[in-house]
Amino acid sequence: MPAMPLLDIKNLSVEFTTRAGTFRAVDGIDLTVDEGEVVGIVGESGSGKSVTSLAVMGLLGSNGTVLADRMQFGGKDLLAMSPSQRRKITGKDVAMVFQEPMTSLNPCFTVGFQIMETLKVHEGLSGKALRNRAIELLEQVGIPAPESRLSAFPHQLSGGMNQRVMIAIAIACNPRLLVADEPTTALDVTIQKQILDLLVRLQKERGMALILITHDMGVVAETAQRVVVMYAGQVAETRPVDALFKAPRHPYTGALLDALPERALGKRRLPTIPGVVPGIGDRPQGCLFNPRCRFATDRCRIERPALFDVDAGKARCFYPLADAPVGAGEVL
Amino acid sequence: MTDILTDVMPASGPVVLEAIHLRKHYAVKRGAFKPPATVKALDGVSFQLEAGKTLAVVGESGCGKSTLARSVTMIEPPSSGQLLYDGRDVVGRTAAEMKELRRTVQMVFQNPYGSLNPRKTVGSILSEPLVINTPMGKPERRERAVAMMAKVGLRPDQVDRYPHMFSGGQRQRIAIARALMLNPRVVVADEPVSALDVSIQAQVLNLMMDLQEELNLAYLFISHDLSVVRHIADAVMVMYLGRPVEHGPKDTVFTRPRHPYTRILMAATPRVNPALRAERVIPKGELPSPLNPPPGCPFHKRCPYATERCAAEVPALRPVDGRLVACHFAEDMA
Repeated sequence: MPAMPLLDIKNLSVEFTTRAGTFRAVDGIDLTVDEGEVVGIVGESGSGKSVTSLAVMGLLGSNGTVLADRMQFGGKDLLAMSPSQRRKITGKDVAMVFQEPMTSLNPCFTVGFQIMETLKVHEGLSGKALRNRAIELLEQVGIPAPESRLSAFPHQLSGGMNQRVMIAIAIACNPRLLVADEPTTALDVTIQKQILDLLVRLQKERGMALILITHDMGVVAETAQRVVVMYAGQVAETRPVDALFKAPRHPYTGALLDALPERALGKRRLPTIPGVVPGIGDRPQGCLFNPRCRFATDRCRIERPALFDVDAGKARCFYPLADAPVGAGEVL
Repeated sequence: MTDILTDVMPASGPVVLEAIHLRKHYAVKRGAFKPPATVKALDGVSFQLEAGKTLAVVGESGCGKSTLARSVTMIEPPSSGQLLYDGRDVVGRTAAEMKELRRTVQMVFQNPYGSLNPRKTVGSILSEPLVINTPMGKPERRERAVAMMAKVGLRPDQVDRYPHMFSGGQRQRIAIARALMLNPRVVVADEPVSALDVSIQAQVLNLMMDLQEELNLAYLFISHDLSVVRHIADAVMVMYLGRPVEHGPKDTVFTRPRHPYTRILMAATPRVNPALRAERVIPKGELPSPLNPPPGCPFHKRCPYATERCAAEVPALRPVDGRLVACHFAEDMA
């Protein structure tokens, strides 16, 4: 009997009420994260990956409704909690790093103030101890001359430095789970590399679990242990990282990998996926991917597949790809 | 023809656009009591762009990629240096000649959500260049717009729709169509696919390559994504703080990079295939302020191989092993 996962979500749906009606952005996803595990969530825009993370954090706006059979963190039921109990966990045991460091820090306050705010609320520190802890955190995330940086405003720092500050705030209270939503998308490649290395180092040092949300397949492949591929609000495939990238089972994952220029060396044209991710009003009948799928049959167009067991994981497909999918086998 | 320059990568085909020692310096005020400082956004960039070929310009933010685009599209005149279209210098032209020249080079911007006027229909967005630059009548303009939509893979019956009714990939198709309305010979594409999802990115890259083949377009393709560059480019120019540090044919540069910065960029690019992951060179530090670049080699503070010589002496761009490279130790980077 394996130990209980740190985060255990069963059948999570998130609905938004808009003037046009109810829109289900996340549709029945299961997500478990073990203590100290790195889980990558990949998907294109509109796949529901960010909404999932906001639901986990309890940060959805008032028009978002969270429905789930089970949503437990560290054995505690997040659904049954009062908002004030939930706030004690959010920012302390579960912390988040957002995409745009420039817009997620408050431009009116110094970096030091924003780090110390978290420590005051959750750890009850004050005075000298508070300041020292803030300096220590800036040091841990690799910011040079941390004492003098405490009084800097976000606009005085570069994007990479601001993202380090965001990470410092997130790890301030030694979270057991860190959710990083596109933490490097707005950054240059060399800075992206530094930030990813920092996240992985902190994750290892602290035995922290990490959910890494990204659209960049390369970033997940290099960082995560287990990958969840999302499509139109559902989990399309979830498998260990090596297995997934070596032999994807869901045609969507396969097509997504084939569309990467990295995998098309020597070919003039890139294989594409026709069409776009279905939006609010145009979710198809049957499998959500069937209008764009090369392998779709009549069954796919009528019946919606469940998540079936495939080797080492699950895929939402009636006809999972065999071991050597077209175009994905060659190692270059 | 032009003089033989040692720091220009020689082209093999007909050259449409040639830049010779292009410089763009900006004066920046530093307050009432300090003299203004100079930002050398472009500091001596030379290249030749051939018809039907793609030159990719690679580098991090602040390396001068966008300034280069602004100079090449004649939005801003360079501080010094020459820009030749078909051998004719851009500097010293009359306004009428400039207008004519500007038609030959068009631009596609990064963000298709910001570069299309939300209050105009696709038809009028595509017709506008014709209104300004040609004597065509309205029916003819519309006909051209509809034909161009079909060419870039949009349904011609969508001609009266507004940009918000299209997806990101379709909008980038509109932006490409707009750039092609005046039959340019050079298209400057500034990060044209970096705002798009992977599957859409592939569609737009394919479209750009098809159009290039059909219309014999020359692309100046600005990007930070090395895997995209490797796919679409014929030649690559890696820039750092306003200067090219490595410039040569794509395969030469990618298979055996000779500049440490090129190597670091390649190693930092996340790869799906574990076999392609380079040894973990972790880049040190960040891009220095262009207001106050370090002496010597601009890259020496971040370079893992830097020596005293690098801190003192600016390396010249010189030919090494089939490409141009600005590093004192390029020969040792085997």
